[in-house]
Amino acid sequence: MSELVIETRGLNYNFGTQKVVDNLSLHVKKGSIYGFLGPNGAGKTTTIKILLNLLKSPADTVFLFGKEINTHRIESLKRLGALVEQPAIYSHLSGKENLINRCILLGLNKSKAADLLQLVGLTEAANKKAANYSLGMKQRLGIALALLPDPELLLLDEPTNGLDPNGIIEIRNLMIDLATNHGKTILVSSHLLSEIERIATHVGIINKGKLLFQGTIDELQNLSKPTLEIETSNIIGASTLLTEHGYALTVSESKRLSLLFSSSEESARINAILVNNGFQVSSICPVRKDLEHLFLDITKNN
Amino acid sequence: MRSLIISLQSEFYKSRKTLAFWAAIVLPLVICGLITIGFFSNAEKVIARNYPPDALWGIFSGTALGIMGMLILPFYVIFMAFSVNNIEHKNDTWKTLFAQPLNKFSIYAAKYLYAVLLILLSLFLFAALTFAFGHLLHLLNSQFKFNEFSPVEMLSKLYLKLFLSSLGILSVQFIISLIWGDFLKPMGIGFIGVIMGIIVASKGWEYAYLIPYSHPTLVLTLNKSKGAHDIFTRDIYSSLIYALVFFIIGYFIVARKSVK
Repeated sequence: MSELVIETRGLNYNFGTQKVVDNLSLHVKKGSIYGFLGPNGAGKTTTIKILLNLLKSPADTVFLFGKEINTHRIESLKRLGALVEQPAIYSHLSGKENLINRCILLGLNKSKAADLLQLVGLTEAANKKAANYSLGMKQRLGIALALLPDPELLLLDEPTNGLDPNGIIEIRNLMIDLATNHGKTILVSSHLLSEIERIATHVGIINKGKLLFQGTIDELQNLSKPTLEIETSNIIGASTLLTEHGYALTVSESKRLSLLFSSSEESARINAILVNNGFQVSSICPVRKDLEHLFLDITKNN
Repeated sequence: MRSLIISLQSEFYKSRKTLAFWAAIVLPLVICGLITIGFFSNAEKVIARNYPPDALWGIFSGTALGIMGMLILPFYVIFMAFSVNNIEHKNDTWKTLFAQPLNKFSIYAAKYLYAVLLILLSLFLFAALTFAFGHLLHLLNSQFKFNEFSPVEMLSKLYLKLFLSSLGILSVQFIISLIWGDFLKPMGIGFIGVIMGIIVASKGWEYAYLIPYSHPTLVLTLNKSKGAHDIFTRDIYSSLIYALVFFIIGYFIVARKSVK
């Protein structure tokens, strides 16, 4: 079995009487990109704060690098970098000064600041006050701050928030590069399944504090079977026709039919049946379930 | 210890471009400078009164001390306490600060210590500039007799007492500024505290020494009546006890606060 970088064992956490994290057992393997998925308010940020020991976990429930976090706080924090919620940046300092300040706190050589600025593409804005940075630039600076100590483990809370499509791709590539070429382990949280699917090797889905699914990205894809959505002029006629041909329709709305997607050849066959029988097909496409529906499925299965 | 030193370095690095830091230097420079200009332009009147050198130093330094000790020092302390905490409130950086591989107590203590050091720096500059500007006045106009008495002992004792007396206010305000991120609450509470402190101290209420905000005023009024012989008077002890107790309470607040 490969080494676990993050392990929580039946972790519970309450804010007053409200249960925010419920019997959570995360397993994050070394070298993986672990997509931590959940809607807003699911407990993702709380979990990350617990992993940073900002919120105190009960004894013997949270282990980083195989060591209990409360008793090895400083040791664990030395080996990880984090971006939690909004990037925490001193707005009266420039981007470079923000990094230098962190170098001071971490006892690092100040020349590292320039390297990181280059890595996240902020060299030109290095001496600009961070208050004047755009949201995307702040996010990059936050990522640079997290990467500064060259940590083995990165905890990134919605790192592509506020980035433009280019920025999202850059950060995505950076994460893949860090994991595959530098052996880093990354836990990245998001509420967008589509975003996680492209980079993650493993996925954990959390809702209302409970871990609903944990496994590899392939295991997840088996769970979320896509549907084929068809738009046609005569819905009632088309649905009768397809049923006669032995297709099971899952839903038919006023303007759209949907059935389980199996392959593109099958989709072409369905299209041909409809067209040959005089139906006008304005659109036919496979649709992946969005996170919300996936949750419903997963909760149903549990 | 290493945690404390690097946290302190970082505090300095973060705030070196802020008003809080520069106020520590500019405030004594401006106030002592203005008083010196006032003395210089009214030289004839002052000289005509023919004060003995020790009284002349007393009047010269007393002008700064009077304005300073009663009003500016307490407000400066309130502002410092606000400022070192506000830098984290404003940028929402508490959580990042406490996610660093540093001892939590060191991070908190460094903040407090940084405020203490700036107040010390400011008061040291007041004493040093009073001394320097007094001699400068004598150089510019030799009829002043600033050279005939050494005010070093008097100045250092008084400013040391003022420094010690400000620590109680600092600790109380530090906690208030930790709890609330806005400007109005610490300033409002501080303002009421200072006014109350001045009133009870100058009216000579026997329990005035129990109110931290009255300590700087008490130092100055006691100085007038009894002289500045003892450094550790009842009000100074009271200030130090307040400082210690609230400093410890503050740690427990910050340790919980950081995570929200």
